[in-house]
Amino acid sequence: MKTDTFSGNRGLDLEEPLLFELGRPGVTGVDMPDAPKVASKLGGLEREGSIGLAGVSEPEVIRHFVRMSRNNYSIDANLYPLGSCTMKHNPRLNEKMARLPGFGDVHPLQPESTVQGALELIHVLGHWLKTITGMPAVAMPPAAGAHGELCGMMAIRAAHDAKGDKHRTRVLIPESAHGTNPATAAQCGFSVDPIPGNSHGRVDLAAVKAKLGPDVAGIMLTNPNTLGLFENEVIEVANAIHSVGGYFYADGANFNAIVGKAKPGDMGVDAIHINLHKTFSTPHGGGGPGSGPVCFSQALAPYAPLPMIVERQGRFHLIEHRGSAGEPGEKSFGRMRTFNGQMGMFVRALSYMMSHGADGLRQVAEDAVLSANYIMASCKDDMTSPFPGPCMHEALFDDRFLEGTGVTTLDFAKAMIDEGYHPMTVYFPLVVHGAMLTEPTETESKESVDRFIHVLKSLAKKAKSGDAQFFKDAPRYAPRRRVDETAAARNPVLRWTPPAPKAQAAE
Amino acid sequence: MRYLPLGPDDRAKMLGVIGAKSVDELFKDIPAKARVSGLLDLPMHAGELQVERTLGAMAAKNRAAGAGPSFLGAGSYRHHIPSAVDHLIQRSEFLTSYTPYQPEVAQGTLQFLFEFQTAVAMLSGMEVANASMYEGGSSCAEAVLMAGRVTGRSKAILSGSLHPHYRDTVRTFCQFSPVTVEYGEPNVDGNEDLASKLGPDVACVVVQTPDFFGNLHDYTKLGAACHAAGALLVVVVTEVVSLGALKSPGQMGADIFAGEGQSLGVGLNFGGPYVGLFATKKQYLRQMPGRLCGQSVDADGRRSYVLTLSTREQHIRREKATSNICTNSGLCALAFGIHVSLLGEEGIRRLAKLNHAAAVQLADQLGGVKGVKVLNKTFFNEFTVQLPGSATEIVEKMVGQGVLVGVPVQRLYRDRPEVANLLLVAASETNTDADRAAYVAGLKKVLA
Amino acid sequence: MAERRFTKDHEWIELNGAIATVGITNYAQEQLGDVVFVDLPPAGKKITKGGEAAVVESVKAASEVYSPVTGEVVESNADLAKNPALANTAAEAGGWFVKIKVADPKELSALMDAAAYKKFVDGLH
Ligand SMILES: Cc1ncc(COP(=O)(O)O)c(C=O)c1O
Repeated sequence: MKTDTFSGNRGLDLEEPLLFELGRPGVTGVDMPDAPKVASKLGGLEREGSIGLAGVSEPEVIRHFVRMSRNNYSIDANLYPLGSCTMKHNPRLNEKMARLPGFGDVHPLQPESTVQGALELIHVLGHWLKTITGMPAVAMPPAAGAHGELCGMMAIRAAHDAKGDKHRTRVLIPESAHGTNPATAAQCGFSVDPIPGNSHGRVDLAAVKAKLGPDVAGIMLTNPNTLGLFENEVIEVANAIHSVGGYFYADGANFNAIVGKAKPGDMGVDAIHINLHKTFSTPHGGGGPGSGPVCFSQALAPYAPLPMIVERQGRFHLIEHRGSAGEPGEKSFGRMRTFNGQMGMFVRALSYMMSHGADGLRQVAEDAVLSANYIMASCKDDMTSPFPGPCMHEALFDDRFLEGTGVTTLDFAKAMIDEGYHPMTVYFPLVVHGAMLTEPTETESKESVDRFIHVLKSLAKKAKSGDAQFFKDAPRYAPRRRVDETAAARNPVLRWTPPAPKAQAAE
Repeated sequence: MRYLPLGPDDRAKMLGVIGAKSVDELFKDIPAKARVSGLLDLPMHAGELQVERTLGAMAAKNRAAGAGPSFLGAGSYRHHIPSAVDHLIQRSEFLTSYTPYQPEVAQGTLQFLFEFQTAVAMLSGMEVANASMYEGGSSCAEAVLMAGRVTGRSKAILSGSLHPHYRDTVRTFCQFSPVTVEYGEPNVDGNEDLASKLGPDVACVVVQTPDFFGNLHDYTKLGAACHAAGALLVVVVTEVVSLGALKSPGQMGADIFAGEGQSLGVGLNFGGPYVGLFATKKQYLRQMPGRLCGQSVDADGRRSYVLTLSTREQHIRREKATSNICTNSGLCALAFGIHVSLLGEEGIRRLAKLNHAAAVQLADQLGGVKGVKVLNKTFFNEFTVQLPGSATEIVEKMVGQGVLVGVPVQRLYRDRPEVANLLLVAASETNTDADRAAYVAGLKKVLA
Repeated sequence: MAERRFTKDHEWIELNGAIATVGITNYAQEQLGDVVFVDLPPAGKKITKGGEAAVVESVKAASEVYSPVTGEVVESNADLAKNPALANTAAEAGGWFVKIKVADPKELSALMDAAAYKKFVDGLH
């Protein structure tokens, strides 16, 4: 092991063992009184043996997690250009609002009379989402985008089944789609029929039409798409799919580009999920939680999941079971999670929406798209783009500019780390060779974007100058050099286990 | 607009570099029919103070559980969360980072996920755990789908004492899959013969302990019967604190553990976000849903962590993935992990004891109220009582007494008139003697 | 020595008597990168020409290995299962995947020989 200090630390960069390696018996970070003596009702099922958890005090826990945190990149520290992820500023007001006891400390099964404000908040957020998308209905339960896809596709399946259309088993999905689209379709029992793109990076309308048939359940189309482009023939696609009785599912992961500028409801969309953790700035938290409400057309609205909220004479009610005929929820496809929805995310998202308002949200889309196009235009002499602009809120580069340099997209990404930047999304979408999907978002200043562009251009020039090794050795200045993913996968170590007691020294 | 750094001059300069006359030129691909002319019919932007007032007013219309005595459970439990938890999860580096796709600049997230997986595996007594699911019900549904893949069989048998919302979530997830779902009658007393339902087409049996009605179970024998019949045993735990006191699913021979981790670190949040727990045996690793973090080394040989076995996941395997899950519950997993770290072995055991004692004391006191009967022979921190009238109505009346007394079973079993008088009551370390006294006094008044 | 044949999906096959040995080509392993896992079929499994015989995984990709012929699996390579790196270091030797009892040996003659396969691979660039 290479360390250049005695401690393994490097200045402010402190090495931290696993918590389990720090623990000692008899130490704890929480003080509690002794439990009163009672006659046990555990029925002889007491846990035997040690659980294995570590014992550490509060100061050790604080240091442990603070030290670990310092090894992370974050949007609070710098521009985070992950395309398709919309890493924008996370306002702290939203955190404060979500922690109000009236939202954060409310049990999901409290009597309705005690949670009118919570139901109202969800209802109001739903109103904003319906207005922004131009869609008549919304389902709030989904926990993330993929869960929203499941919600939308289940509604589509339920709608077909209700008409006795059991033979509709095929779903059209562009090759450029995010992996959750085909995975979701498969989870709903559909087969996936891939649609190629055209030379402009859009779905090939002729190919869509050629694939239509009575067994088509619908199409899943991301718009703006994963190449950072708007599907300009979206209405023709919608008409085509409707002409054979199919439904149009839109993946709204890239909604940030068009919020306040265009409405999916006017594009023939039947269902669209909105990632509140992207467009509406709820923090990503190292991979979640998210929230993925789904807006529905009139045709699919009756099949929305439980629970749902209805307002009657100023009171809010939670519909938790399938209703009888004519009641809300009658045709619902069912419950897709234990409780109501991602309330903590709802509060944050509404706080963000209210802060921006109708005028601000429109500006969000304009600035996000402006910044992405600015990056694309500024880098055009040094990097290559597979499709001409204008783009939406993501600038897509391919690896043609690296051809013959010996530098790969991955190497380029790792060199960005040394320059103080998290890389853009790399190797996605799969249909573009060596893809680099770059999303600056609207919350970067021009000065910040200029510095980023300077780094991209400088690295591109350096790659072409022939110093491939410089890239292969990157990163040098990160908390870790390149991590061996092959070793991790060949011999999976997925948890800490106590070291075997040391063997006696060999005779 | 305080979150938007670009000024008018910046925008003009940027448009100049792009060579566009106006920003609307950049939106020319959007069909005119779908464009918004002018502004949406929504309020204009607002300052912090205004937003705080509006949302604060909505929050004030709710009764916070902690504003008075509260005894609600049924899959969501109120516990005291140490101050350090919320402080640490709000650190920028945790709160505002993405999924750790670039391990060199995400060791903080990866290390806590590795520790989370370890803690979940230890608590559940299983060999390997994943880096979290959305929440308990969908975690349980994923367990059923996984059992179908592992066994190549198509029937899932759900216990009648499985949380009804978990049951419904399983049914929803499976309704368009090859797996059919069979479930029992509401099983209030915890006696049911699931082993007799095993057969050559059964992929798994799904059970819960403490079960929905609070009864405790040892599923060791059922597990052996499942294995003899080629089926998997899925054990659900909705109150993870119980694992500090009770025999674990792994110790009973569970093949998959699916649980809710909300009790530790996360809070009530009106139902979400929570953190789904998922663990299994090593031999089934490649059929697991969700992300996994593994240990490796970097180019300098230093111990490092990285997301691994990703070929199971949607971004690589697409329609053949083990699940469609992408975003999971990372930050809640962190909160869970910090709370478990603070507790440690001694703390979790002490916390479990306190919870049990609080429930025993409450059960004794409620059992002394005329017309009220505690139905459980065994329980951890939650039990079922039979009231002399409609539980829904009594709960509503008790709101007037300032006490949230429990969850009416009818709320989850709408079409079962026979459960109308049953109430689920949970107690925890947060309840005081005064809380219990208020409960009993209020109930006597309401029943009088 | 029996002659080797190749498929467009980059499998190789070599027939000895009624038993054929099947693996992935050197070109295939280069494209995949470090192989980290193989999922091999149990002995006795019936497989059909063009059907899925095994799965081979690298860190970032999973690919099906298709059977070049119809028949029944008589053996999977236990060494490969234990040490998937063999698919990289000895793709066309010790890193074989399965041995198949071939139903119709004539199926092999439709496949490419070494020279034709080399030409096919060269054409992919
Ligand atoms: C285009 C697209 N679709 C769907 C998803 C899935 O969303 P989630 O991660 O919230 O499940 C993503 C997320 O990365 C995405 O980029």
